[in-house]
Amino acid sequence: MSHANDITSVPGRRRFLQRSASLVFALGNTGMLSLLTLTAADAQTLAMAPRAIGPNSLDSWLAFDTAGNITAFFGKMDMGQGVDTAIAQVVAEELDVEVAQVSVVMGDTHRTPNQGGASGSSGCRQGAVALRNAAAEARRVLVARASDKLGVAADQLVVSNGLVQVQRDPRRAVSYRELIKEGFATELDWNKRYGNALVVSGSAKPKAPADYKVVGTAVPRKDITGKVMATTEYCHHVTLPGMVHGRTIRPPVANAVPVSVDESSIKAYPDARVVRKGDFIAVVANTEWHAIKAARELKVTWSATTAPFPPQQKLFDYIRNTPAASDSSKGGFGGTPYDTAPVLAAINRASKRVEAEYEVPFQSHARMGPSVGVADVKSDAALIYSDTQKPHDQRDGLAKFLGLPPDKVRVIWKPGPGSYGRSDADEAVFEAALLSQLLGVPVRVQWMRHEGHGWDPKAPACVIACKAGLEASGNINGWYFHAKGFSGWDVYFNAADPRDTLVGQLTGLVKADAHNFGAPVESYAFPNSVKFWETVPTFLAKASPLRSSHMRAPQEPQVHFAHESFIDEVAHAAGNDPIALRLKHLHDPREIAVLEAVAKLANWQPRTGKEPKPTGNVLKGRGVSLCSTFGGYVATVVEVEVARDTGRIWPRRIFVAHDCGLIINPQALRTTIEGNVVQGLSRTLHEEVKFDESNVLSVDWLSYPILDIKDAPETIEIVTLNRPDQPAGGAGEPSHVTIPAAVANAVFDATGVRVRRLPLKLPKLA
Amino acid sequence: MPRYMLLIDGVKREVDADADMPLLYALRGELAHKGPKFGCGLAQCGACTIILDGTATRSCVLPISAVGAAKIRTLDGLGTAGKPHPVQAAFIAEEAAQCGYCTNGWVMTTAAALEKNPHVTDDEIRTMLTGLKCRCGTHMSIMRAVRRAADAMVRATADTTLFTDATREA
Repeated sequence: MSHANDITSVPGRRRFLQRSASLVFALGNTGMLSLLTLTAADAQTLAMAPRAIGPNSLDSWLAFDTAGNITAFFGKMDMGQGVDTAIAQVVAEELDVEVAQVSVVMGDTHRTPNQGGASGSSGCRQGAVALRNAAAEARRVLVARASDKLGVAADQLVVSNGLVQVQRDPRRAVSYRELIKEGFATELDWNKRYGNALVVSGSAKPKAPADYKVVGTAVPRKDITGKVMATTEYCHHVTLPGMVHGRTIRPPVANAVPVSVDESSIKAYPDARVVRKGDFIAVVANTEWHAIKAARELKVTWSATTAPFPPQQKLFDYIRNTPAASDSSKGGFGGTPYDTAPVLAAINRASKRVEAEYEVPFQSHARMGPSVGVADVKSDAALIYSDTQKPHDQRDGLAKFLGLPPDKVRVIWKPGPGSYGRSDADEAVFEAALLSQLLGVPVRVQWMRHEGHGWDPKAPACVIACKAGLEASGNINGWYFHAKGFSGWDVYFNAADPRDTLVGQLTGLVKADAHNFGAPVESYAFPNSVKFWETVPTFLAKASPLRSSHMRAPQEPQVHFAHESFIDEVAHAAGNDPIALRLKHLHDPREIAVLEAVAKLANWQPRTGKEPKPTGNVLKGRGVSLCSTFGGYVATVVEVEVARDTGRIWPRRIFVAHDCGLIINPQALRTTIEGNVVQGLSRTLHEEVKFDESNVLSVDWLSYPILDIKDAPETIEIVTLNRPDQPAGGAGEPSHVTIPAAVANAVFDATGVRVRRLPLKLPKLA
Repeated sequence: MPRYMLLIDGVKREVDADADMPLLYALRGELAHKGPKFGCGLAQCGACTIILDGTATRSCVLPISAVGAAKIRTLDGLGTAGKPHPVQAAFIAEEAAQCGYCTNGWVMTTAAALEKNPHVTDDEIRTMLTGLKCRCGTHMSIMRAVRRAADAMVRATADTTLFTDATREA
């Protein structure tokens, strides 16, 4: 990341100050603003003003005003799980102020340090650490000032609700509001990293968890009221003066390019015009409706092409039979060498061999609202509104795309329609930026529904082969796991390079050739174990609607579906209870603890495959699954009901045991886990991208069904194992990962039918 | 371009638009409402839901010329910060949203249904909300919120102060 110093835009802030002469400021040594008087309009202006964001400056992280309000600047974003509330709790805790006093600014590249955006369940796990340390340091500085002012040693002072008091004589006190008037000149230690790994710390020691008063409590989420009362401004609401509306034109056959465009076909809309660069075509119009209609009616002659895709029924054979493009010894975050030969030799010696293959299709991010972006690109600077998960990376990508220095591109993140990975969120932003640059006016581009499903990056399809050997004693003597699928990095996980966007590829950039997949990492110590992955080349290397990317817990739902299903298959073959078999091979005490906790929560009765055959139309069964990832440890039991006459699978009761270390907000954690589970059920039971040889056929909610409320579980029971002695871990993904295998194992328990392909479907049962 | 007079949340508004333009674009565009959202444009997800003469209606496929004198209620006007609609109060109490983009559809569909009949079983709640989409998977908290709202509205049936004339008639 070479832009490290470019974003410390003190000159920009000085210019703002000169423009804002009507405001009364007191400036500290580093230019920290302490507002003495402020109208609402001034406050609005200030809220948008660029500020210094060198991570080593304390005032990059926190701003105090003299009314007692505190703003935290967070370089990650909340995607609806309450991360901003958690940050406010952490800051309020260290400062000893009320949570309501803390507001959180997220993901504005000119105002927040680059903490890597929303990524890998890292909001609390990593992002909160910098804010915690900065807030602790701010408290130390303010208390030291109070010590000088009151003539009392700092360790004789206590802070309550922003008031520093002498412990033995509380009448002697001074408030943060007075102490902040000189601003901060405090430097923090910074590890010189940007992104998720960014860490800062001061000389202050953060509070011990035993002293927490706010962290660990169910503070109401800050975002809820605005969303329910229709006051939240989403990215989709942003308008700029003089803005025009853009809509993009997609080819009917995925790899066709425009040969000619008949502009007379939209002459009914005098405010509409066609913009074309390379193979990218869009229509812009003064009104959104005219842009939509003109885009719909524009006559384009497309090139004749050969079919870009195989028929869908050949998908898994393609994966099986195509030579690997990369593998886990080379790709991913550093390579991992592996040798299959001794493992296969051991398994071949076994008295009983268990083998199975699992298949997962492409799945769509299918966001509630398709991609949107608003861009105002001038010759020397650009202002961008986006709901991307990674605005700082997107800023770098836009700078390259537009030929501007990164510090002249400002990306302001606004809330969007959910986001669970590298979705379509970045796409319309780059398209709006290009159109604005070409036209010289602000442009808003919003995709239509068929693009949101049909042209978003897809969770990669895969085939996973598992083998195990059992000795006569029933002990496992070898364990083989081989995932082979499309690359999770076919579209890279951030938009720091425009070649990873549709419009980049349509205007001449060559897609990166990056490879990643995954293998499970739980602590099972199977003897002679090998776990490895391979990737296959994408079908279509340019602007493909089947390009693949990260989607919630990248590739982990796929690999854990296989691995945790296979453990059940081995347990069944060995005549062992699936929980007992897992416990026999696990070594991490936190994995063991969640597994034991879920068994207790669900009142798990051991299964050995010798249970009596069920009777009646409704078959009941239970399955278990385990996952530890992103600092979260989760075990899940799913109870399904299967209707013999229809084959319908209803996951009626779900039990989750969840350990993500220190819990910051138990209520937000609970609803986060519920969302993980329900989205996981949707991916397990309903979701599959359909395509034919020409293009993706899943283009709306009818052709890409997701879970409906009538199929939601009856109950999701959750036990959270709070571990204040452990750092806060991730909660946005781990429980999601457990769902596919837990459902598949429950279906097997209910019916005796082992389903090894997602989405799980059963025929009518005899 | 014809001009349409709309009665929205009790206020008369005038909009110039093509006759075939769906009402959603007037609400989202010139009228700057933040409640109804574009999700699909196909009446498949419910994010654009308004209440039209008492019935939950997908505004993304309703031509503005077909609205006529019908009374439009939107999430923006359903309640106020000081006096949220009981359905809004319940969604807030249960924190029944993640990204919140779909929330408009669930709240408006629930409000229209419960104002007609708050005496609903849990199964009836699922039936009346079927078809609405939520990608974040907040269905469990939504069901808790709707249960809470229904119970509150049953308790308040005799209490006319719960519904102002504006929320009932607008």
